[in-house]
Amino acid sequence: MNKRVVFRHRWLPYALLAPQLFITLIFFVWPASQALYQSLLIEDAFGLASEFVWFDNFIDLFADEHYLASFRTTIIFSVSVAGLSMSLSLLLAVMADRVIHGAMVYKTLLIWPYAVAPAVAGVLWFFMFNPTVGINAYVLHLLGYDWNHYLNGTDALILVIIAASWNLISYNFLFFLAGLQSIPRSLIEAAAIDGASPVKRFWTIVFPLLSPTTFFLLVVNSVFAFFNTFGIIHATTEGGPLQSTTILVYKVFNDGFIGLDLGGSAAQSVVLMAIVIALTVFQFRYIERKVEY
Amino acid sequence: MVENRPYLNVISHLIIIICIGIVMLPVWITFVASTHPIEALLTQPIPMWPGDRLFENYALVLTAGIADAGGVPVGVMMINSLIMALSITIGKIAISLIAAYAIVYFRFPFRMTCFWIIFMTLMLPVEVRILPTFKVVADLGMLNSYAGLSIPLIASATATFLFRQFFLTVPEELAEAARIDGAGPLKFFIDILMPLSRTNIAALFVILFIYGWNQYLWPLLITTEESFYTVVMGIQRMVNVSESLPVWHLVMATTILAMLPPVIVVVTMQRLFVKGLIETEK
Repeated sequence: MNKRVVFRHRWLPYALLAPQLFITLIFFVWPASQALYQSLLIEDAFGLASEFVWFDNFIDLFADEHYLASFRTTIIFSVSVAGLSMSLSLLLAVMADRVIHGAMVYKTLLIWPYAVAPAVAGVLWFFMFNPTVGINAYVLHLLGYDWNHYLNGTDALILVIIAASWNLISYNFLFFLAGLQSIPRSLIEAAAIDGASPVKRFWTIVFPLLSPTTFFLLVVNSVFAFFNTFGIIHATTEGGPLQSTTILVYKVFNDGFIGLDLGGSAAQSVVLMAIVIALTVFQFRYIERKVEY
Repeated sequence: MVENRPYLNVISHLIIIICIGIVMLPVWITFVASTHPIEALLTQPIPMWPGDRLFENYALVLTAGIADAGGVPVGVMMINSLIMALSITIGKIAISLIAAYAIVYFRFPFRMTCFWIIFMTLMLPVEVRILPTFKVVADLGMLNSYAGLSIPLIASATATFLFRQFFLTVPEELAEAARIDGAGPLKFFIDILMPLSRTNIAALFVILFIYGWNQYLWPLLITTEESFYTVVMGIQRMVNVSESLPVWHLVMATTILAMLPPVIVVVTMQRLFVKGLIETEK
Protein backbone atom coordinates (compact mmCIF):
# COMPACT_ATOMS: atom_id res chain seq x y z
CA MET A 1 0.00 0.00 0.00
CA ASN A 2 1.51 3.31 -1.08
CA LYS A 3 0.59 6.96 -1.18
CA ARG A 4 -0.16 8.50 -4.58
CA VAL A 5 0.76 12.01 -3.47
CA VAL A 6 4.29 12.23 -2.17
CA PHE A 7 6.78 14.95 -1.47
CA ARG A 8 10.11 15.30 -3.23
CA HIS A 9 13.19 16.20 -1.32
CA ARG A 10 16.78 15.13 -1.67
CA TRP A 11 17.92 14.77 1.95
CA LEU A 12 14.90 15.37 4.18
CA PRO A 13 13.63 11.74 4.30
CA TYR A 14 17.08 10.50 5.31
CA ALA A 15 17.31 13.15 8.01
CA LEU A 16 13.90 12.11 9.33
CA LEU A 17 14.89 8.45 9.41
CA ALA A 18 18.37 9.04 10.79
CA PRO A 19 17.66 8.99 14.56
CA GLN A 20 15.65 5.78 14.42
CA LEU A 21 18.14 4.01 12.13
CA PHE A 22 21.10 5.25 14.14
CA ILE A 23 19.76 3.82 17.40
CA THR A 24 18.64 0.61 15.75
CA LEU A 25 22.04 -0.01 14.18
CA ILE A 26 24.08 0.84 17.29
CA PHE A 27 21.96 -0.77 19.99
CA PHE A 28 20.15 -3.54 18.13
CA VAL A 29 21.80 -4.74 14.94
CA TRP A 30 25.43 -4.41 16.02
CA PRO A 31 24.99 -6.17 19.42
CA ALA A 32 22.93 -8.91 17.80
CA SER A 33 25.63 -9.53 15.20
CA GLN A 34 28.20 -9.52 18.01
CA ALA A 35 26.18 -12.18 19.80
CA LEU A 36 26.11 -14.24 16.60
CA TYR A 37 29.88 -13.90 16.15
CA GLN A 38 30.67 -14.45 19.83
CA SER A 39 28.62 -17.65 19.84
CA LEU A 40 31.14 -19.20 17.44
CA LEU A 41 34.15 -18.40 19.66
CA ILE A 42 35.66 -19.91 22.77
CA GLU A 43 37.68 -17.67 25.08
CA ASP A 44 40.41 -18.97 27.33
CA ALA A 45 40.06 -18.70 31.09
CA PHE A 46 41.70 -15.28 31.26
CA GLY A 47 39.77 -13.74 28.39
CA LEU A 48 43.03 -13.01 26.55
CA ALA A 49 42.69 -15.15 23.47
CA SER A 50 39.74 -16.56 21.67
CA GLU A 51 39.48 -19.35 19.18
CA PHE A 52 37.02 -19.83 16.35
CA VAL A 53 35.26 -23.09 16.98
CA TRP A 54 32.29 -23.09 14.60
CA PHE A 55 29.27 -24.65 16.29
CA ASP A 56 31.02 -26.22 19.28
CA ASN A 57 29.26 -23.85 21.70
CA PHE A 58 25.89 -24.97 20.42
CA ILE A 59 26.86 -28.65 20.57
CA ASP A 60 28.05 -28.14 24.15
CA LEU A 61 24.87 -26.28 24.96
CA PHE A 62 22.54 -29.01 23.84
CA ALA A 63 24.66 -31.64 25.56
CA ASP A 64 24.49 -29.67 28.80
CA GLU A 65 22.08 -31.20 31.24
CA HIS A 66 21.46 -27.88 33.01
CA TYR A 67 20.55 -26.17 29.76
CA LEU A 68 18.10 -28.88 28.79
CA ALA A 69 16.61 -28.72 32.28
CA SER A 70 16.23 -24.98 31.86
CA PHE A 71 14.48 -25.57 28.53
CA ARG A 72 12.05 -27.96 30.23
CA THR A 73 11.42 -25.48 33.05
CA THR A 74 10.73 -22.72 30.53
CA ILE A 75 8.22 -24.85 28.66
CA ILE A 76 6.41 -25.97 31.82
CA PHE A 77 6.41 -22.36 32.98
CA SER A 78 5.07 -20.88 29.72
CA VAL A 79 2.38 -23.50 29.22
CA SER A 80 1.17 -23.15 32.82
CA VAL A 81 1.18 -19.36 32.71
CA ALA A 82 -0.70 -19.22 29.40
CA GLY A 83 -3.16 -21.92 30.49
CA LEU A 84 -3.90 -20.52 33.93
CA SER A 85 -4.10 -16.89 32.91
CA MET A 86 -6.11 -17.43 29.74
CA SER A 87 -8.69 -19.75 31.26
CA LEU A 88 -9.30 -17.42 34.19
CA SER A 89 -9.55 -14.36 31.95
CA LEU A 90 -11.88 -16.15 29.56
CA LEU A 91 -14.17 -17.05 32.44
CA LEU A 92 -14.11 -13.46 33.65
CA ALA A 93 -14.68 -12.04 30.18
CA VAL A 94 -17.67 -14.34 29.53
CA MET A 95 -19.20 -13.32 32.85
CA ALA A 96 -18.49 -9.62 32.30
CA ASP A 97 -20.01 -9.87 28.82
CA ARG A 98 -23.22 -11.32 30.32
CA VAL A 99 -23.88 -8.79 33.05
CA ILE A 100 -25.49 -5.46 32.27
CA HIS A 101 -25.12 -3.63 35.53
CA GLY A 102 -21.66 -2.84 36.77
CA ALA A 103 -19.77 -3.99 33.68
CA MET A 104 -17.74 -0.77 33.57
CA VAL A 105 -16.86 -0.99 37.26
CA TYR A 106 -15.71 -4.58 36.86
CA LYS A 107 -13.61 -3.63 33.85
CA THR A 108 -11.90 -0.83 35.77
CA LEU A 109 -11.18 -3.16 38.66
CA LEU A 110 -9.64 -5.75 36.35
CA ILE A 111 -7.42 -3.74 34.02
CA TRP A 112 -4.87 -2.33 36.43
CA PRO A 113 -2.68 -5.44 37.00
CA TYR A 114 -1.34 -4.72 33.50
CA ALA A 115 0.32 -1.60 34.87
CA VAL A 116 2.19 -3.46 37.60
CA ALA A 117 5.78 -4.30 36.66
CA PRO A 118 6.53 -8.05 36.51
CA ALA A 119 9.18 -7.64 39.20
CA VAL A 120 6.69 -5.88 41.48
CA ALA A 121 4.03 -8.54 40.79
CA GLY A 122 6.63 -11.13 41.80
CA VAL A 123 7.31 -9.32 45.07
CA LEU A 124 3.57 -9.08 45.88
CA TRP A 125 3.12 -12.85 45.65
CA PHE A 126 6.51 -13.53 47.21
CA PHE A 127 5.25 -11.73 50.30
CA MET A 128 1.87 -13.52 50.27
CA PHE A 129 3.58 -16.91 50.15
CA ASN A 130 6.50 -16.07 52.42
CA PRO A 131 6.92 -19.02 54.81
CA THR A 132 7.38 -16.83 57.89
CA VAL A 133 5.02 -13.90 57.32
CA GLY A 134 2.90 -14.72 54.26
CA ILE A 135 -0.84 -15.11 54.64
CA ASN A 136 -1.12 -17.83 51.99
CA ALA A 137 1.67 -19.88 53.54
CA TYR A 138 -0.17 -19.54 56.86
CA VAL A 139 -3.44 -20.79 55.40
CA LEU A 140 -1.65 -23.65 53.66
CA HIS A 141 0.02 -24.50 56.95
CA LEU A 142 -3.39 -24.67 58.65
CA LEU A 143 -4.51 -27.00 55.86
CA GLY A 144 -1.54 -29.22 56.59
CA TYR A 145 0.90 -28.24 53.82
CA ASP A 146 4.27 -26.78 54.69
CA TRP A 147 4.89 -24.28 51.91
CA ASN A 148 8.49 -23.22 51.49
CA HIS A 149 9.67 -21.76 48.21
CA TYR A 150 13.15 -21.26 49.63
CA LEU A 151 13.69 -25.03 49.81
CA ASN A 152 11.10 -26.68 47.61
CA GLY A 153 11.61 -26.28 43.86
CA THR A 154 8.01 -27.09 42.94
CA ASP A 155 6.71 -24.48 45.38
CA ALA A 156 9.05 -21.89 43.89
CA LEU A 157 7.92 -22.70 40.36
CA ILE A 158 4.25 -22.48 41.36
CA LEU A 159 4.95 -19.11 42.99
CA VAL A 160 6.41 -17.57 39.83
CA ILE A 161 3.68 -19.14 37.66
CA ILE A 162 0.98 -17.54 39.82
CA ALA A 163 2.72 -14.15 39.81
CA ALA A 164 3.16 -14.17 36.02
CA SER A 165 -0.44 -15.29 35.39
CA TRP A 166 -1.74 -12.56 37.67
CA ASN A 167 0.28 -10.01 35.73
CA LEU A 168 -1.26 -11.14 32.42
CA ILE A 169 -4.90 -11.34 33.50
CA SER A 170 -5.93 -7.83 32.49
CA TYR A 171 -4.38 -8.10 29.05
CA ASN A 172 -6.10 -11.39 28.28
CA PHE A 173 -9.35 -10.16 29.79
CA LEU A 174 -9.47 -7.05 27.60
CA PHE A 175 -8.78 -8.98 24.40
CA PHE A 176 -11.26 -11.76 25.22
CA LEU A 177 -13.92 -9.18 26.08
CA ALA A 178 -13.32 -7.35 22.78
CA GLY A 179 -13.48 -10.69 20.97
CA LEU A 180 -16.75 -11.65 22.67
CA GLN A 181 -18.34 -8.32 21.89
CA SER A 182 -17.53 -8.66 18.19
CA ILE A 183 -19.46 -11.94 17.87
CA PRO A 184 -22.77 -11.22 16.06
CA ARG A 185 -25.68 -11.31 18.49
CA SER A 186 -27.96 -12.84 15.85
CA LEU A 187 -26.01 -16.12 15.91
CA ILE A 188 -26.41 -16.47 19.64
CA GLU A 189 -30.06 -15.45 19.53
CA ALA A 190 -30.79 -18.00 16.81
CA ALA A 191 -29.21 -20.74 18.91
CA ALA A 192 -31.20 -19.60 21.94
CA ILE A 193 -34.45 -19.79 19.98
CA ASP A 194 -33.52 -23.32 18.96
CA GLY A 195 -33.32 -24.12 22.64
CA ALA A 196 -29.54 -24.29 23.18
CA SER A 197 -28.55 -23.66 26.80
CA PRO A 198 -25.95 -20.98 27.64
CA VAL A 199 -23.29 -23.64 28.20
CA LYS A 200 -24.01 -25.35 24.90
CA ARG A 201 -24.04 -21.99 23.11
CA PHE A 202 -20.67 -21.19 24.57
CA TRP A 203 -18.98 -24.39 23.45
CA THR A 204 -20.58 -24.69 20.01
CA ILE A 205 -20.72 -21.05 18.89
CA VAL A 206 -18.82 -18.60 21.05
CA PHE A 207 -15.67 -20.60 21.69
CA PRO A 208 -15.01 -21.58 18.05
CA LEU A 209 -15.62 -18.00 16.89
CA LEU A 210 -13.23 -16.80 19.55
CA SER A 211 -10.40 -19.02 18.32
CA PRO A 212 -8.49 -16.27 16.44
CA THR A 213 -8.33 -14.23 19.67
CA THR A 214 -7.35 -17.30 21.67
CA PHE A 215 -4.63 -18.15 19.21
CA PHE A 216 -3.26 -14.62 19.16
CA LEU A 217 -3.24 -14.46 22.95
CA LEU A 218 -1.45 -17.79 23.11
CA VAL A 219 1.44 -16.32 21.10
CA VAL A 220 1.54 -13.11 23.15
CA ASN A 221 1.40 -15.06 26.41
CA SER A 222 4.27 -17.30 25.36
CA VAL A 223 6.38 -14.30 24.39
CA PHE A 224 5.63 -12.74 27.76
CA ALA A 225 6.46 -15.94 29.64
CA PHE A 226 9.67 -16.46 27.67
CA PHE A 227 11.11 -12.96 27.88
CA ASN A 228 9.28 -10.49 30.10
CA THR A 229 9.24 -12.67 33.19
CA PHE A 230 12.91 -12.08 33.91
CA GLY A 231 11.93 -9.52 36.56
CA ILE A 232 9.63 -11.93 38.38
CA ILE A 233 12.34 -14.57 38.65
CA HIS A 234 15.20 -12.23 39.45
CA ALA A 235 13.35 -10.25 42.11
CA THR A 236 12.04 -13.31 43.95
CA THR A 237 13.55 -16.79 43.58
CA GLU A 238 16.73 -15.83 41.68
CA GLY A 239 16.45 -19.01 39.63
CA GLY A 240 16.54 -21.27 42.68
CA PRO A 241 16.27 -23.36 44.69
CA LEU A 242 18.63 -25.67 42.79
CA GLN A 243 17.85 -24.07 39.41
CA SER A 244 14.21 -25.09 39.63
CA THR A 245 13.04 -21.70 38.35
CA THR A 246 15.92 -20.94 35.99
CA ILE A 247 14.14 -20.11 32.77
CA LEU A 248 16.17 -19.54 29.58
CA VAL A 249 16.28 -15.75 29.84
CA TYR A 250 17.47 -15.94 33.40
CA LYS A 251 20.15 -18.44 32.41
CA VAL A 252 21.54 -16.15 29.68
CA PHE A 253 21.87 -13.38 32.23
CA ASN A 254 23.31 -15.64 34.90
CA ASP A 255 25.87 -17.43 32.71
CA GLY A 256 26.93 -14.22 31.00
CA PHE A 257 27.05 -11.72 33.85
CA ILE A 258 27.70 -13.87 36.88
CA GLY A 259 29.41 -16.89 35.32
CA LEU A 260 31.21 -14.87 32.60
CA ASP A 261 30.92 -17.70 30.09
CA LEU A 262 30.81 -15.41 27.05
CA GLY A 263 30.65 -17.99 24.26
CA GLY A 264 28.03 -20.10 26.02
CA SER A 265 25.91 -17.09 26.93
CA ALA A 266 26.11 -15.79 23.35
CA ALA A 267 25.07 -19.18 21.99
CA GLN A 268 22.08 -19.11 24.37
CA SER A 269 21.24 -15.61 23.12
CA VAL A 270 21.25 -16.89 19.56
CA VAL A 271 18.88 -19.72 20.46
CA LEU A 272 16.56 -17.21 22.13
CA MET A 273 16.74 -14.94 19.09
CA ALA A 274 15.67 -17.85 16.90
CA ILE A 275 12.70 -18.42 19.21
CA VAL A 276 11.63 -14.73 19.08
CA ILE A 277 11.96 -14.64 15.30
CA ALA A 278 9.87 -17.81 14.98
CA LEU A 279 7.18 -16.41 17.29
CA THR A 280 7.14 -13.02 15.53
CA VAL A 281 6.86 -14.55 12.06
CA PHE A 282 4.10 -16.82 13.34
CA GLN A 283 2.20 -13.87 14.79
CA PHE A 284 2.54 -11.77 11.63
CA ARG A 285 1.43 -14.53 9.31
CA TYR A 286 -1.62 -15.06 11.45
CA ILE A 287 -2.43 -11.35 11.57
CA GLU A 288 -2.15 -11.03 7.80
CA ARG A 289 -4.74 -13.75 7.48
CA LYS A 290 -7.06 -11.90 9.82
CA VAL A 291 -6.77 -8.75 7.72
CA GLU A 292 -7.75 -10.57 4.54
CA TYR A 293 -11.04 -11.82 5.99
CA MET B 1 -28.07 -10.84 27.05
CA VAL B 2 -30.35 -13.15 25.12
CA GLU B 3 -32.80 -14.51 27.67
CA ASN B 4 -33.73 -13.75 31.24
CA ARG B 5 -32.07 -16.15 33.64
CA PRO B 6 -31.98 -14.49 37.05
CA TYR B 7 -29.98 -17.27 38.73
CA LEU B 8 -27.31 -17.18 36.07
CA ASN B 9 -27.04 -13.41 36.47
CA VAL B 10 -26.50 -13.73 40.20
CA ILE B 11 -23.89 -16.44 39.62
CA SER B 12 -22.11 -14.27 37.02
CA HIS B 13 -21.87 -11.35 39.42
CA LEU B 14 -20.73 -13.65 42.19
CA ILE B 15 -17.95 -15.23 40.09
CA ILE B 16 -16.68 -11.84 38.94
CA ILE B 17 -16.70 -10.40 42.44
CA ILE B 18 -14.85 -13.42 43.87
CA CYS B 19 -12.25 -13.26 41.08
CA ILE B 20 -11.78 -9.52 41.54
CA GLY B 21 -11.32 -10.23 45.24
CA ILE B 22 -8.57 -12.73 44.45
CA VAL B 23 -6.92 -10.31 42.01
CA MET B 24 -7.03 -7.45 44.53
CA LEU B 25 -5.96 -9.52 47.54
CA PRO B 26 -2.15 -9.28 47.12
CA VAL B 27 -2.35 -5.51 46.81
CA TRP B 28 -4.60 -5.21 49.86
CA ILE B 29 -2.25 -7.39 51.95
CA THR B 30 0.70 -5.33 50.74
CA PHE B 31 -1.04 -2.08 51.59
CA VAL B 32 -2.03 -3.35 55.04
CA ALA B 33 1.51 -4.54 55.72
CA SER B 34 2.87 -1.13 54.75
CA THR B 35 0.80 0.60 57.44
CA HIS B 36 2.04 -1.43 60.42
CA PRO B 37 5.19 -1.35 62.53
CA ILE B 38 7.57 -4.25 61.87
CA GLU B 39 6.59 -5.96 65.14
CA ALA B 40 3.12 -6.65 63.77
CA LEU B 41 4.63 -8.57 60.85
CA LEU B 42 6.82 -10.92 62.83
CA THR B 43 4.18 -13.35 64.07
CA GLN B 44 1.57 -15.28 62.13
CA PRO B 45 -1.11 -14.46 61.23
CA ILE B 46 -0.29 -10.95 60.11
CA PRO B 47 -3.02 -8.29 60.44
CA MET B 48 -5.65 -7.96 57.71
CA TRP B 49 -6.69 -4.40 58.55
CA PRO B 50 -4.58 -1.23 58.14
CA GLY B 51 -2.60 -0.03 61.15
CA ASP B 52 -1.72 3.48 62.24
CA ARG B 53 1.77 3.86 60.79
CA LEU B 54 0.79 4.88 57.26
CA PHE B 55 2.42 8.31 57.28
CA GLU B 56 5.50 7.37 59.31
CA ASN B 57 6.36 4.38 57.08
CA TYR B 58 5.84 6.19 53.79
CA ALA B 59 7.64 9.33 54.93
CA LEU B 60 10.55 7.18 56.09
CA VAL B 61 11.02 5.28 52.81
CA LEU B 62 10.48 8.35 50.65
CA THR B 63 13.07 10.48 52.40
CA ALA B 64 15.55 8.04 53.92
CA GLY B 65 15.10 4.67 52.21
CA ILE B 66 16.03 1.38 53.83
CA ALA B 67 19.38 1.27 55.60
CA ASP B 68 20.05 -2.45 54.91
CA ALA B 69 19.60 -1.95 51.19
CA GLY B 70 21.99 0.95 50.76
CA GLY B 71 19.70 3.63 52.17
CA VAL B 72 18.75 5.23 48.85
CA PRO B 73 15.62 7.35 49.43
CA VAL B 74 12.71 5.95 47.44
CA GLY B 75 11.84 9.52 46.49
CA VAL B 76 15.10 9.72 44.52
CA MET B 77 14.42 6.35 42.86
CA MET B 78 10.95 7.47 41.84
CA ILE B 79 12.33 10.63 40.26
CA ASN B 80 14.84 8.48 38.35
CA SER B 81 12.04 6.19 37.21
CA LEU B 82 9.99 9.18 36.10
CA ILE B 83 12.88 10.67 34.12
CA MET B 84 13.58 7.30 32.49
CA ALA B 85 9.91 6.61 31.69
CA LEU B 86 9.30 10.06 30.22
CA SER B 87 12.51 10.08 28.15
CA ILE B 88 11.69 6.66 26.71
CA THR B 89 8.09 7.63 25.98
CA ILE B 90 8.77 11.01 24.41
CA GLY B 91 11.85 9.75 22.57
CA LYS B 92 10.05 6.76 21.09
CA ILE B 93 7.06 8.81 19.96
CA ALA B 94 9.23 11.56 18.46
CA ILE B 95 11.58 9.39 16.42
CA SER B 96 8.83 6.99 15.33
CA LEU B 97 6.61 9.82 14.12
CA ILE B 98 9.26 11.30 11.86
CA ALA B 99 10.49 7.90 10.66
CA ALA B 100 6.95 6.82 9.74
CA TYR B 101 6.41 10.17 7.99
CA ALA B 102 9.54 9.68 5.89
CA ILE B 103 8.52 6.13 4.94
CA VAL B 104 4.95 6.99 3.98
CA TYR B 105 5.27 10.42 2.35
CA PHE B 106 8.56 10.19 0.46
CA ARG B 107 10.02 8.03 -2.28
CA PHE B 108 13.76 7.53 -2.05
CA PRO B 109 16.34 4.80 -2.66
CA PHE B 110 16.60 2.16 0.10
CA ARG B 111 13.18 3.05 1.50
CA MET B 112 12.23 -0.60 2.05
CA THR B 113 15.69 -1.43 3.43
CA CYS B 114 15.19 1.21 6.11
CA PHE B 115 11.77 -0.20 6.83
CA TRP B 116 13.15 -3.70 7.33
CA ILE B 117 15.97 -2.53 9.56
CA ILE B 118 13.39 -0.89 11.82
CA PHE B 119 11.25 -4.02 11.66
CA MET B 120 14.18 -6.10 12.96
CA THR B 121 14.08 -4.37 16.35
CA LEU B 122 10.85 -6.24 16.97
CA MET B 123 12.77 -9.50 16.92
CA LEU B 124 15.60 -8.40 19.19
CA PRO B 125 14.37 -7.69 22.73
CA VAL B 126 17.02 -6.66 25.27
CA GLU B 127 16.76 -10.03 26.94
CA VAL B 128 18.33 -11.89 24.02
CA ARG B 129 21.30 -9.57 23.46
CA ILE B 130 22.18 -8.67 27.03
CA LEU B 131 25.98 -8.89 27.01
CA PRO B 132 26.87 -7.26 23.66
CA THR B 133 24.44 -4.38 24.24
CA PHE B 134 25.90 -3.83 27.67
CA LYS B 135 29.35 -3.73 26.07
CA VAL B 136 28.29 -1.13 23.50
CA VAL B 137 26.83 1.10 26.20
CA ALA B 138 29.91 0.67 28.38
CA ASP B 139 32.24 1.53 25.46
CA LEU B 140 30.23 4.67 24.78
CA GLY B 141 30.64 5.67 28.44
CA MET B 142 26.91 5.70 29.01
CA LEU B 143 26.81 3.57 32.18
CA ASN B 144 25.21 5.34 35.14
CA SER B 145 23.56 8.09 33.14
CA TYR B 146 20.04 8.98 32.13
CA ALA B 147 21.10 8.77 28.49
CA GLY B 148 22.23 5.18 29.03
CA LEU B 149 18.98 4.35 30.78
CA SER B 150 16.75 5.64 28.00
CA ILE B 151 18.41 6.00 24.57
CA PRO B 152 19.09 2.30 23.88
CA LEU B 153 15.41 1.53 24.50
CA ILE B 154 14.07 4.32 22.29
CA ALA B 155 14.04 2.56 18.90
CA SER B 156 10.59 1.11 18.39
CA ALA B 157 9.17 -0.90 15.53
CA THR B 158 5.73 -0.99 17.15
CA ALA B 159 5.32 2.77 17.34
CA THR B 160 6.67 3.27 13.82
CA PHE B 161 4.20 0.70 12.47
CA LEU B 162 1.32 2.27 14.33
CA PHE B 163 2.03 5.71 12.86
CA ARG B 164 2.67 4.28 9.40
CA GLN B 165 -0.66 2.49 9.55
CA PHE B 166 -2.37 5.68 10.63
CA PHE B 167 -0.70 7.91 8.00
CA LEU B 168 -1.83 5.49 5.29
CA THR B 169 -5.46 6.12 6.29
CA VAL B 170 -5.09 9.92 6.05
CA PRO B 171 -6.94 11.06 2.87
CA GLU B 172 -4.70 11.82 -0.13
CA GLU B 173 -6.63 15.04 -0.73
CA LEU B 174 -5.08 16.64 2.33
CA ALA B 175 -1.54 16.27 1.00
CA GLU B 176 -2.71 17.32 -2.47
CA ALA B 177 -4.40 20.45 -1.13
CA ALA B 178 -1.38 21.29 0.99
CA ARG B 179 0.90 21.00 -2.03
CA ILE B 180 -1.35 23.14 -4.22
CA ASP B 181 -1.38 25.78 -1.52
CA GLY B 182 2.40 25.70 -1.57
CA ALA B 183 3.05 24.04 1.79
CA GLY B 184 6.37 22.23 2.05
CA PRO B 185 6.79 18.77 3.58
CA LEU B 186 7.67 20.11 7.03
CA LYS B 187 4.76 22.53 7.13
CA PHE B 188 2.37 19.74 6.10
CA PHE B 189 3.77 17.50 8.83
CA ILE B 190 3.55 20.06 11.61
CA ASP B 191 0.28 21.79 10.70
CA ILE B 192 -1.78 18.90 9.32
CA LEU B 193 -0.40 15.48 10.19
CA MET B 194 0.56 16.15 13.82
CA PRO B 195 -2.85 17.54 14.87
CA LEU B 196 -4.56 14.57 13.16
CA SER B 197 -2.39 12.10 15.08
CA ARG B 198 -3.24 13.58 18.46
CA THR B 199 -5.33 10.69 19.82
CA ASN B 200 -2.90 8.09 18.53
CA ILE B 201 -0.03 9.90 20.21
CA ALA B 202 -1.95 10.08 23.48
CA ALA B 203 -2.89 6.39 23.40
CA LEU B 204 0.68 5.41 22.66
CA PHE B 205 1.89 7.69 25.43
CA VAL B 206 -0.08 5.72 28.04
CA ILE B 207 1.24 2.35 26.85
CA LEU B 208 4.84 3.51 26.50
CA PHE B 209 4.85 5.26 29.87
CA ILE B 210 3.97 1.95 31.53
CA TYR B 211 6.60 0.18 29.43
CA GLY B 212 9.24 2.72 30.42
CA TRP B 213 8.38 2.84 34.12
CA ASN B 214 8.37 -0.95 34.40
CA GLN B 215 11.81 -1.54 32.85
CA TYR B 216 13.77 -3.91 35.04
CA LEU B 217 16.63 -5.75 33.36
CA TRP B 218 18.08 -2.72 31.62
CA PRO B 219 18.46 -0.44 34.68
CA LEU B 220 19.72 -3.45 36.60
CA LEU B 221 22.58 -3.87 34.12
CA ILE B 222 23.71 -0.34 33.60
CA THR B 223 23.28 1.33 36.98
CA THR B 224 25.87 0.57 39.59
CA GLU B 225 25.71 3.98 41.25
CA GLU B 226 22.92 4.20 43.77
CA SER B 227 21.89 7.69 42.73
CA PHE B 228 20.67 6.24 39.39
CA TYR B 229 18.62 3.34 40.78
CA THR B 230 15.05 3.16 39.57
CA VAL B 231 12.31 2.11 41.94
CA VAL B 232 11.22 -1.09 40.17
CA MET B 233 14.74 -2.52 40.25
CA GLY B 234 15.49 -1.03 43.66
CA ILE B 235 12.89 -3.24 45.36
CA GLN B 236 14.88 -6.32 44.48
CA ARG B 237 17.75 -5.18 46.69
CA MET B 238 15.36 -4.68 49.59
CA VAL B 239 13.81 -8.14 49.27
CA ASN B 240 17.03 -10.07 48.88
CA VAL B 241 19.01 -8.54 51.74
CA SER B 242 21.76 -10.82 52.96
CA GLU B 243 22.13 -11.88 56.58
CA SER B 244 18.87 -10.45 57.81
CA LEU B 245 15.12 -10.60 57.26
CA PRO B 246 13.68 -7.99 54.92
CA VAL B 247 12.08 -5.06 56.74
CA TRP B 248 8.74 -6.04 55.29
CA HIS B 249 6.70 -2.99 56.31
CA LEU B 250 9.09 -0.65 54.48
CA VAL B 251 9.56 -3.00 51.51
CA MET B 252 5.80 -3.15 51.11
CA ALA B 253 5.50 0.64 51.29
CA THR B 254 8.08 0.86 48.49
CA THR B 255 6.18 -1.74 46.47
CA ILE B 256 3.00 0.31 46.71
CA LEU B 257 4.89 3.45 45.67
CA ALA B 258 6.48 1.60 42.71
CA MET B 259 3.16 0.53 41.26
CA LEU B 260 1.15 3.65 42.04
CA PRO B 261 2.14 5.92 39.09
CA PRO B 262 1.48 3.43 36.24
CA VAL B 263 -1.71 2.17 37.90
CA ILE B 264 -3.01 5.73 38.26
CA VAL B 265 -2.20 6.38 34.59
CA VAL B 266 -4.09 3.27 33.47
CA VAL B 267 -7.15 3.83 35.63
CA THR B 268 -7.55 7.54 34.89
CA MET B 269 -6.86 7.21 31.16
CA GLN B 270 -8.71 3.96 30.71
CA ARG B 271 -10.13 4.68 27.28
CA LEU B 272 -6.79 5.78 25.81
CA PHE B 273 -5.13 2.80 27.44
CA VAL B 274 -7.48 0.27 25.87
CA LYS B 275 -7.17 1.99 22.49
CA GLY B 276 -3.38 1.99 22.72
CA LEU B 277 -3.25 -1.64 23.80
CA ILE B 278 -5.39 -2.87 20.94
CA GLU B 279 -3.79 -0.64 18.29
CA THR B 280 -0.21 -1.56 19.14
CA GLU B 281 -1.00 -5.25 18.71
CA LYS B 282 -2.40 -4.88 15.21
